[in-house]
Amino acid sequence: MNTIYILWLRQLKRYFRSRSRLVGSLGQPLLFLIALGFGFGPIFEKAGEGSYLQFIAPGIIAMGILFTALFSGIEIIWDKQFGFLKETMVAPVSRLNIMIGRTLGGATVATVQGIIVFVLTLFVGFKPASIALVPVAFVYMFLIALLFTALGTAIASMLDDMQGFQLIMNFVVMPTFFLSGALFPLQGLPEAIAIVAKFNPLSYGIDGLRGVLAGASHFGLHIDLLVLSAATGILVVVGSYLFSKIEI
Amino acid sequence: MSTGFYCERVPNLLHLSCEPSRSSSMAEQRFCKAKVGGSTPLSGSMNEQIIEVKELVKRFDDLVAVNKVSFEVAKGEIFAFLGPNGAGKSTTIKILTTLLRATSGEVRVNGFNVSDGQDEVRRSFGIVFQDPSLDDELTAWENMELHGVLYGLQKITRRTRIEELMKIVELWDRKDDLVKNFSGGMKRRLEIARGLLHHPKVLFLDEPTLGLDPQTRNHIWSYIQNLNRTEGITIFFTTHYMEEAERVAQRVAVIDHGVIVARGTPEELKAQAGVATLEDAFLKLTGKTIRDNEATSADNMRMHSRVWRR
Repeated sequence: MNTIYILWLRQLKRYFRSRSRLVGSLGQPLLFLIALGFGFGPIFEKAGEGSYLQFIAPGIIAMGILFTALFSGIEIIWDKQFGFLKETMVAPVSRLNIMIGRTLGGATVATVQGIIVFVLTLFVGFKPASIALVPVAFVYMFLIALLFTALGTAIASMLDDMQGFQLIMNFVVMPTFFLSGALFPLQGLPEAIAIVAKFNPLSYGIDGLRGVLAGASHFGLHIDLLVLSAATGILVVVGSYLFSKIEI
Repeated sequence: MSTGFYCERVPNLLHLSCEPSRSSSMAEQRFCKAKVGGSTPLSGSMNEQIIEVKELVKRFDDLVAVNKVSFEVAKGEIFAFLGPNGAGKSTTIKILTTLLRATSGEVRVNGFNVSDGQDEVRRSFGIVFQDPSLDDELTAWENMELHGVLYGLQKITRRTRIEELMKIVELWDRKDDLVKNFSGGMKRRLEIARGLLHHPKVLFLDEPTLGLDPQTRNHIWSYIQNLNRTEGITIFFTTHYMEEAERVAQRVAVIDHGVIVARGTPEELKAQAGVATLEDAFLKLTGKTIRDNEATSADNMRMHSRVWRR
């Protein structure tokens, strides 16, 4: 228990201490929100879909979480190369506890990041459908965060250096984000994209967030929660397994 | 930062120095010389082996990194494990410290088997890795605290020991500084202090003085030797500085191509090879060919790290 706590605390301290990273990782979601939100707003409205800002705000929140969470997981590569991982690996604690502590830490950090993006969207003009449901949104945020921290951990456990980083960016992170319904409605899509989006766990995370925050859900909140929790559970197990196999 | 040795600054904690300084008494000097000459350790329990390695084999796919290596290290000994790059040193240390699993053979540390008594083995040793393994974004104190928690030390014990050890390595006044602002020598000292926090029986040091200036090297060795003397901690270290091994180690083993090619006191090795220094003996044993180490991914990462960390 103490192991989990101290490693969780470490992730938090690292996050709050690197201000440049904190601010830097807010830049991208904010740019997307403003450029796309206001840029496509008029067309979206003409098409009879209502406010685009209102539509993409949950997607942008999820984006902030996705990036922070994946990178928290991928940080393991750093710790592998720069030694800190060894320090935890030679300690008389189980690898599962190390993995849990780190993953919870990363997920907490990503959730905080999501909340900050959420607050920013309020300033830009996003209006949550119901204030009472905001805490429920935090649950979805945390699940998304947990899912992608575990995914990052799984990926980082298999990689030895940052060489594969571009590969991950272009073939995992970007497709996950763009093919998730973060930026466009999932109704009436071409078959291929609709299928991909259906198998993308982030779609359910964003749909859930949108259902709670903007009051419109495609799959339904129960399905969202179910799929998201299941995917998270699977990835935590896979991540733990791969982490336990790390040899340094 | 101080320039003097511990023995002068903190006399009650570190009252012996192997540097033949004017302040040390005759008896101490004799003692030091005896040790430098590679004689028996102070503790009486000589035949108790704290590290036992029998027929250790480690295979990576088709490469045999360690091939039927056997050796023992006695309790309270300062033991140097020498070898050229890629000889199998690091692999052996990784197996001894439970980071890697052996392909076959038996390895015991402090009486516990590394394959089925991992946690007991882990509690028995402290380690200073070749590369710093501190968290740069945490303060010195936080690094110590994290270690203490990982090793399950109770809060009061933990806090007392942290203060004690950080004072010994003269970092207590820098305890709230982030480790990334520390020099190489300071990081090493902190790592040594950290490695001792859980009171290990064996301290593994993988090239502990790599890249340090002579002042810091002396400083660190006099501290380690003193620790060995006063606490009876067994020291197992690797180094590429042969004169360092000759001066400090009571016994050495030389590994090459995964096989132990020589072992004994530095004196014995020199006598066997018929040369004057351990370095010559080492070269005679392992040949003069330069071992090319392929750049590891770690080296590549280090190159990019500065760009990334901004």
